[in-house]
Amino acid sequence: MTGRSWLDEPRNVRLLWRGFIGALVLTVLAELAVALHPHFGIDSLFAFHAWFGFLACVAMIVAATGLALLLKRPDTYYDAGRDAGRDAHHDKRDD
Amino acid sequence: MHTTTSAMTELAIHPGLVLMGGALLLPWLRGRLRAAAILLLPLLVLALVWQVADGAVWQLTFLEHTLTPLRGDKLSRLFALGQPSRLEVPAAFLYAGAAIGVALAGDLVSVFVFWELMAVGSTLVLWSHGGADAYRAARRYLMIHLLGGTLLFAGVTGHVTATGSVGFGPIALDSPAQWLILAGFLINAGAPPLSAWLPDAYPEASWSGTVFLSAFTTKAAVYVLIRSFAGVELLIWVGLFMVFYGIVYALLENDIRRILAYSIVSQVGFMIVGVGIGTEMAINGAAAHAFAHILYKALLLMSAGSVIYMTGRRKCSELGGLFHSMPVTTICGIVGALAISAFPLTSGFVSKAMISQSAADQHLQVVWMLLAAASAGTFLYAGIKFTWFVFFQTDSGLRPSDPPASMRWGMVLFSFLCIAVGVWAEPLYALLPYPVDFVPYTAAHVLTQLQLLLFSGLAFFVMLPFLKRTLTITLDADWLWRRLLPGIAMRFDRLGDAATGGLRDATHRVRVGLRAAIVRVQGPTSHFGRTWPIGSMALWMLVMLLGYLVLYYL
Repeated sequence: MTGRSWLDEPRNVRLLWRGFIGALVLTVLAELAVALHPHFGIDSLFAFHAWFGFLACVAMIVAATGLALLLKRPDTYYDAGRDAGRDAHHDKRDD
Repeated sequence: MHTTTSAMTELAIHPGLVLMGGALLLPWLRGRLRAAAILLLPLLVLALVWQVADGAVWQLTFLEHTLTPLRGDKLSRLFALGQPSRLEVPAAFLYAGAAIGVALAGDLVSVFVFWELMAVGSTLVLWSHGGADAYRAARRYLMIHLLGGTLLFAGVTGHVTATGSVGFGPIALDSPAQWLILAGFLINAGAPPLSAWLPDAYPEASWSGTVFLSAFTTKAAVYVLIRSFAGVELLIWVGLFMVFYGIVYALLENDIRRILAYSIVSQVGFMIVGVGIGTEMAINGAAAHAFAHILYKALLLMSAGSVIYMTGRRKCSELGGLFHSMPVTTICGIVGALAISAFPLTSGFVSKAMISQSAADQHLQVVWMLLAAASAGTFLYAGIKFTWFVFFQTDSGLRPSDPPASMRWGMVLFSFLCIAVGVWAEPLYALLPYPVDFVPYTAAHVLTQLQLLLFSGLAFFVMLPFLKRTLTITLDADWLWRRLLPGIAMRFDRLGDAATGGLRDATHRVRVGLRAAIVRVQGPTSHFGRTWPIGSMALWMLVMLLGYLVLYYL
């Protein structure tokens, strides 16, 4: 209700971004200090969870975008179909 | 049928039946009495559930089978506990009572009876919301569930005939009957290929109705799967498929409640993977995750419900910037989103980790990697997409206020529970069916989870242009029964019309032809109808008599 909040200021948004990137770097660097317990070969690679998480997300978004080309329809898809179908039906019965 | 109450203990009241009885009484109560009943009934039932003794409590003899509608142990009690505090319609009571009935059932026939009551109750919850769309969605929902019930019934019948026992325990998959039971259970869990009933129907209920629906049907399915099919490897792959199906469709979806509905499928997939792995750790994980899921999903649905209630809009593309004026809803929504993404200090973290850990313990590398990818994906759509597009960018200019106090307090309570379970997991772990040998908060685990989630966050912002919100829906399996089959039926209808038309034409032609022929043969101008002169008659008589004479003399 009160117009702008502190999140609307570009300066603060930049600050948040810096904090976010700082946190990313920190989680990767912290791996040097914490003993991990890898179960398989692959997760003993450096910063495995970081790049695996990133790549998995990119792959899922790409897959979703690809699927969208096939399966996306206007959100009135079923409404239109229903009405048209019903009208056609009624017309037939009337004559 | 004669009833014998053997193994009588102090308690012989079925909590599920109490709730259902209450549901039948409710419409006749008014005013304060009604409010009190709504508040007290679930509490009473909760207390009853807590007191159900281990072992068989009720037994009746029916068709020479001993039924055990009431059997208690740790697992069933945990599932019966998933009891949201806000109950408002009798249908929901019936539904909840039936779900409790499933959780406490000791034999397959009782499971089946409560299973069907659950379908009826949940359909009534959907119908109680009114509206033409809700009505149609509920009808589709009912059809799928009746199909599941039929499969289950056929399976139970076959199983009982083959083994002679109605016992509800681990079932070996060695004949079609057992596969039918599995199929019946999986349909309710939202497994492919019929998973589309869930995102189709749930968003059409009222905001509290959706909270209910998300709490019971799929959880009851997970429960019966744990009971009867733990360790079936197929379930791992079914579960993984559900996980990624849910993520991809949620990424494409525009309607906020459908996003959350797809995420139910995805999260139930995690649980089913746990059931499929089947070790004690995995079963614990699946049960814990089911419980955690009820909490954070209720929270997310309440925050989405608040947004819809206050703005009247449910599409991502029409929302955004709501944090300005709905701070409580925003914060509670973020807590729910973090919990579903298994962020440290939330309920999802302490439960989902057990499932991943059990995969690692069984050296299932592919499963483990896919689960890790799925955790990242969950954060992508539920953690960021949902909160980002609803509460932050891009500003829609809407400035609704937070919802009424009852809804606000509901959200705050569930936020508190999500965090409380995440911080202090021992009470939850104590409820689990097996002793828990798992420490969620190790430095390594927290760090790897943070890496996974924060970098998925980065992926979201990097790929933001690909996640543009569009006014679209994405076709799902329900296309089969909303478009393809009606299309075929319509085609047949038209074919039928053409056929009857053709038949009418043909008979008309035959009728006309027949009439013409009759007129030709028998009409006034025809051979038979004509008047003949007497002379020609006498001539023909003469010819005949002469012929006779000739023949006589020969």
